[in-house]
Amino acid sequence: MAQQPTSAPAGDSASPQKREHWSGQTAFILAAIGSAVGLGNIWRFPGEAYENGGGAFMVPYLIALLTAGIPILFLENAIGHRFRGSAPLAMRRVHRNAEGVGWFHVAICFVIGLYYTAVIAWSLSYFWFSFGLDYADDPAGFFFNDYLQLGSDVTLSAQIVPSVALPLILVWALTIGILALGIHKGVERLNVVGIPLLVVTFGILAFRALSLPGASDGIEALFTPDFSVLTDPEVWIAAYGQVFFSLSLAYGVMITYASYRRRRSNVTGPALVVAFGNSSFSLLAGLAVFATLGFLAQTQGVGVDELENITGVSLSFVTFPAVIAQMPGGQFFGALFFASLVLAGLTSLISVIQTISAAFQDKFGWNPRIAAVAVGLVSAVLSVLGFSTASGLYLLDTVDQWSNQLGIVAGAVGMIAAALWFGRRGHELERHLAAVSTIRPGRYWPVLINVIALLLIYMFVSKAVSLAIDGYGGYPTWYVVVFGWGTILFIGAAGVLMPWLRWHKDIAHPTLWPSREQLGLPAEVGAKVTEQYRPGKDTP
Amino acid sequence: MTGSALVLMIASMALIWGGLAASAVGLARRPENSHMPPGGEDDPTPTD
Repeated sequence: MAQQPTSAPAGDSASPQKREHWSGQTAFILAAIGSAVGLGNIWRFPGEAYENGGGAFMVPYLIALLTAGIPILFLENAIGHRFRGSAPLAMRRVHRNAEGVGWFHVAICFVIGLYYTAVIAWSLSYFWFSFGLDYADDPAGFFFNDYLQLGSDVTLSAQIVPSVALPLILVWALTIGILALGIHKGVERLNVVGIPLLVVTFGILAFRALSLPGASDGIEALFTPDFSVLTDPEVWIAAYGQVFFSLSLAYGVMITYASYRRRRSNVTGPALVVAFGNSSFSLLAGLAVFATLGFLAQTQGVGVDELENITGVSLSFVTFPAVIAQMPGGQFFGALFFASLVLAGLTSLISVIQTISAAFQDKFGWNPRIAAVAVGLVSAVLSVLGFSTASGLYLLDTVDQWSNQLGIVAGAVGMIAAALWFGRRGHELERHLAAVSTIRPGRYWPVLINVIALLLIYMFVSKAVSLAIDGYGGYPTWYVVVFGWGTILFIGAAGVLMPWLRWHKDIAHPTLWPSREQLGLPAEVGAKVTEQYRPGKDTP
Repeated sequence: MTGSALVLMIASMALIWGGLAASAVGLARRPENSHMPPGGEDDPTPTD
């Protein structure tokens, strides 16, 4: 078996003097919630719940949260905290051949960052438009024709749309500026201010939505249970997918954020707050969105079940503007809604770009400022060229589908395979969490992770077959091949090629704390574990 | 609002928001593990 890092003497980890720290536990929790709570909580969760059994969806959703969301969140936190590095560095320390998994994660972040910024830019524009209700007369026409200037042909347009490009450049400038300030002064401050502000802003919006006429009809539609769905495997897959994609799992973000925690830190307790905090926001969003849809249905004299465009881009930029146009004080409501999208999006975007920046800092020894500017500028140029054009929406839709539904799922399987199957770190990570945390994951936690991996493999294969056979969204085959499968090819190539580049210094012998001996493990990774472990009692 | 929708809504709120409250209170009461192994001093924080 290849030699792997065990517990080398202190002082030889990769640039320990350069690893930044969160100022405390609360700062980490807010940043991790900021990463997890994003656009998906507002526009994906409510629609997913409604379309998959309403109130009955909460049963598989909660089971998925407890059996997959929280265990994988623990795993990523454990990897980041124990191996103290960005995704490529931490995975390299998990197993010497696993660095590529980390770069696979980083490449997913790179792709997501390119288009996620575009949606934040649209939200920023719509925040501005809300004061004049520019979109009121014809929300769909305004969004697709006037604002995006979307062409009818699914192709790659070179025609830049200035009204999209301008806010997009602004969002990138803001992102680069925040990241250049570093973890403590940049990322942490954004989240410490941004997350409470988001909760207040969205709380006021939810309160207003629930006081609208027809709101109770919307809430009833959301929660009316259809228990027959509980025997439908697709609904369970939807629940696991929702939990999984919502928690910012499996693309290196949580590994990176956990690596900035101090060594003597409680890992599982805060992770639990992050998981429930994320779901709590989703539930609040479900109430606000469906209360608003109930008002819209009543205004139009139709049932909630007859409404269209109740999820994703259309919900936010077509349906909500239509509601805003019809309600008293719509400007205020519109400004709150789009400000919430900007805040939720920006705190997630920062985590995604930080994951890339951290990887380059670790690999090449760049400081945070250089990494932020280099990563940010390259991303900004590609983002503007790809997503502020007349064909940006088609590209966004396609790249999002492949990078999320295939890329992230594959990244999760790769991480589990590297850590548990090839790296044989299951006991070590479980005991690490038990040694430093207030909540012990338990000896069945690695078993659960293995079961989740099998589920993820099934999700990946079924989605890949479906995309290969049926295509996607009615787009031309060449387009799907180039921009859908091409995205996966790019991410995979990053995972294969980046490990060939040299680290700026020796990273093969990190200082691991607690040491394997302290965890009651044999010094050699992979040796048979016989010793019982009781944290805090029999550690030397 | 029908009884079943109301029950599901209240149960969801109790479990999810209750879960957040319980995990936050649990963390506030016991923020750190007091039985950590010795060692694990932090790396110096960068000044730049």
